[in-house]
Amino acid sequence: MAIDKKKIPEVNAGSMADIAFLLLIFFLVTTTIASDKGLTITLPPKREKDQKIEAKVKERDVFNVLVNFKNQLLVEGKRMNVKDLKEAVKRFIDNNGKDPDLSVNPEKAVVSLKTDRGTNYKTYISILDAIKAAYHELRAKHMGITVDEYLAFDAKKANKAMKVKYDNARKAYPLNISEAEPTQIGK
Amino acid sequence: MATFKKSEKPTPAISTASLPDIVFMLLFFFMVVTKMREQEINVKQRIPEATQLQTIEQKSLVSYIYVGEPKKRSMGKEARIQVNDVFTTPEGIPQYVQQERSKLKENERPLITMSLKVDEAVKMGLLTDVKLQLREADARKINYSTRKIKED
Repeated sequence: MAIDKKKIPEVNAGSMADIAFLLLIFFLVTTTIASDKGLTITLPPKREKDQKIEAKVKERDVFNVLVNFKNQLLVEGKRMNVKDLKEAVKRFIDNNGKDPDLSVNPEKAVVSLKTDRGTNYKTYISILDAIKAAYHELRAKHMGITVDEYLAFDAKKANKAMKVKYDNARKAYPLNISEAEPTQIGK
Repeated sequence: MATFKKSEKPTPAISTASLPDIVFMLLFFFMVVTKMREQEINVKQRIPEATQLQTIEQKSLVSYIYVGEPKKRSMGKEARIQVNDVFTTPEGIPQYVQQERSKLKENERPLITMSLKVDEAVKMGLLTDVKLQLREADARKINYSTRKIKED
């Protein structure tokens, strides 16, 4: 008998692409891209009942930011735009005792943020962003890197020297944001 | 001049054998970078923009709280809080935190991070109530979810 010279016919893979596309579209529809980015803050610990809080902070070390229910800003008794806030906070923190009205040193400086119950969340975020930007810029300068590099800093991936620098910068410019109970005017 | 002979063979079809590979590659990419939508969000979510964004280090420690105006008209216009699939009041948050915390490993429980996904139009009053309850529940690491804007 003659050996059959015909090869085994190949399996048609033409529809493979269709199947894969179907799966792809299914995943596109049912999933979302995780966007776990944002402004991180740490809340103060729970207040025990009848616990007295003694605050020994000098007036010059406190940077008062007030926001009313019309989303207007009052910074240290003067009206201000959100876009000027970052520079004002930076000047306040990094004063090191030069100006008698501003902070003694960055470690003692406290930014006090007080909103109203009627303030918009959007305004609050833009203010918090400006305050954090001021701190991040000062810390990045202390470390000798750009702000973007600072924001992308990952403690797990960084080498030892950078970690030490990062911790030092955090110690030199501790993020002291104090959020007061909001006023009740614009409920 | 040479005459052009019309070739008798038809032009060979472009091989599509690698097409499935390309699509699979795309598929795997999407499977890795996206996550399953676990719940339907019933409140409006226009996330505000900011510049100083930091990524949450461990995604498994994150629980979400959604705040915003309900999507359904019949629910009214007052901003509401949504956790899991239900609306809740600020007083219901400590219970939710406990529930989320019990899902984590024991050594990770104090590290729980609450991600607040809040609509831009929400007033600070409601958010303050939420924050106060989070303090009560001792979930003190919080993250305001924001989108990135380019600085000009």
